[in-house]
Amino acid sequence: MFCVNLGKRGIERREVEGGKNQHRFNAYLSVKKFAQERIAPLVSKMDENSAMDEAVIKDLFDQGLMGIEIDPQYGGTGASFFSSILVIEELAKVDPSVAVLCDIQNTLINTLFVKLGTEAQKECYLPRLSTEMVGSFCLSEAESGSDAFSLKTRAEKHKDYYIINGSKMWISNAEYAGVFLVMANVDPSAGYRGITCFIVDRDTEGLHIGRKENKLGLRASSTCPLNFDNVKVPESNILGKAGQGYKYAIGMLNEGRIGIAAQMVGLAQGCFDQTIPYVQQRVQFGKRIFDFQGMQHQISHVATQLEAARLLTYNAARLKEAGKPFIKEACMAKYFAAEVATLTTSKCIEWMGGVGFTKDYPIEKFYRDCKIGTIYEGTTNIQLTTISKFIDQEYNG
Amino acid sequence: MSARVLVGVKRVIDYAVKIRVKPDNTGVVTDGVKHSMNPFCEIAVEEAVKLKEKKLIKEVVAVSCGPQQAQETIRTALAMGADRGIHVEVSGKDYDNLGPLQVSKILAALAKKEETSLIILGKQAIDDDCNQTGQMTAALLDWPQGTFASEVVLEGDKVKVIREIDGGLETVRLKMPAVITADLRLNTPRYATLPNIMKAKKKKIDVVKPGELGVDLTSHLEVLRVDEPPQRQAGMKVETVEELISRLKEAGRM
Repeated sequence: MFCVNLGKRGIERREVEGGKNQHRFNAYLSVKKFAQERIAPLVSKMDENSAMDEAVIKDLFDQGLMGIEIDPQYGGTGASFFSSILVIEELAKVDPSVAVLCDIQNTLINTLFVKLGTEAQKECYLPRLSTEMVGSFCLSEAESGSDAFSLKTRAEKHKDYYIINGSKMWISNAEYAGVFLVMANVDPSAGYRGITCFIVDRDTEGLHIGRKENKLGLRASSTCPLNFDNVKVPESNILGKAGQGYKYAIGMLNEGRIGIAAQMVGLAQGCFDQTIPYVQQRVQFGKRIFDFQGMQHQISHVATQLEAARLLTYNAARLKEAGKPFIKEACMAKYFAAEVATLTTSKCIEWMGGVGFTKDYPIEKFYRDCKIGTIYEGTTNIQLTTISKFIDQEYNG
Repeated sequence: MSARVLVGVKRVIDYAVKIRVKPDNTGVVTDGVKHSMNPFCEIAVEEAVKLKEKKLIKEVVAVSCGPQQAQETIRTALAMGADRGIHVEVSGKDYDNLGPLQVSKILAALAKKEETSLIILGKQAIDDDCNQTGQMTAALLDWPQGTFASEVVLEGDKVKVIREIDGGLETVRLKMPAVITADLRLNTPRYATLPNIMKAKKKKIDVVKPGELGVDLTSHLEVLRVDEPPQRQAGMKVETVEELISRLKEAGRM
């Protein structure tokens, strides 16, 4: 396994396993440069206005970062899942909102199409998803968050089409998405076995995108409620098989949570990277505040937790890529990384002192952004319960 | 047009890194320090790739002289659009002593071997700031040179170069083959997109030794000592013009 850490002073430490990782390292440097030069200048404004700059979205597409695992025959980049993880981590160092846009596209939307799409569906959507169209994943509702499968959105079958009625909530990317993957129930009497994944184009009649939420953090990422008012969708728009939606959702979210773990790791690292130089130059009582042992111990503790979170994330990604069981590890990575992000950002504000508490410095934004990590794509409590289920199985003789 | 362009790319310490002098004052610390492509070399690559995209030239070959890590720099050029790379392997003492004269001998030999119409280099490297390689290469080949280029226009078998000079802009027309060195305002280098980085994996990098090119790397320069620039002294504030004049006189500056 290799480990890469480019601190602010440009010190690099890595063990390379050969040509394959060298190339990944180069790719990640390119994304780092792009993020620093093209995204960083816009972060503060996007946060304040609660809006993603459209130039950023276009840039992400132009850089090939929105179709990382899509085959080049469809216009994608043709890279690996691990590459997606590195890209998400790198983007999150600069802006976690941009990272989540990239994460959802790559780990949820694209993966669903690639794994479940018919050739016709792939040809219709993958090229656009690679080059210009954002996708949204619609599972949660006002009355069903963690209890996802109690969703109420209904899809009634008529001949060769379905009529969808209901509403979704907390839908990321909704503001600029061109396509929505909507989980609706075609047969409530079958319980969750009626949940089906539908492809709904943005301009479909009856689909209303509500006003975006005014959020504490990740503000540049649009989060909107959606309303489905007799939305007509052809049968050919079912992704995968009817009634299997619950399986697909679980499967995708297992992978998606590695992406969120990467986002949290990047967030924590980005925050840390901007704090340490301040701590090194701030002088009190005749010495750098970094030189006080109390500070050194806190800083080292946080750095260690960060490193551990990163390794958990990379390990989960490696297991998934190798086709080995990875769900427990993915849950651990997401849960731990979110906790570490909370710890890191909170401590960074303290280390910065008064200026950490002002909007003039980027630290407080990371503090606000990190909180969603313990909530979305499976709350911390859900992760812990899932981990315990695996432990229970493992020790069951 | 079967024109081939050779672009030199140098691996240097990244521009954002704080340089530290080695404790023995023989050089700067390079171990474990972030390196990247010299910014002016990036501009040179961008210009060559642009010419290829306009279909004015056929092939862009990226060349770098140095140890194994020089291949990373060539890969970046490939990811920006160069077609193939040549890594001239120089390491150890030879690499420590590698300067513009040696590199220009190598480039001249390669240019002849590869039937080159145009050599585009960065005007200088940000580590030694020599600003000599382009000029020396042209001299060794007896080719015309257009240095400090802020605009390059191919015109048949000639190339028009607008040069940034102290007094303004100078336009020269060179008969190819020629050497051009890129200045800051020539273009804005593209980012290597992820798909292009993936494609670059499959592009070829040939490895050659300077001996195979008949080049002698002996240096006639010896670095005696490397020091940090003197620490900046604090200034002082003065209240009036009279005081300023008297202070300047005191300091022997007037």
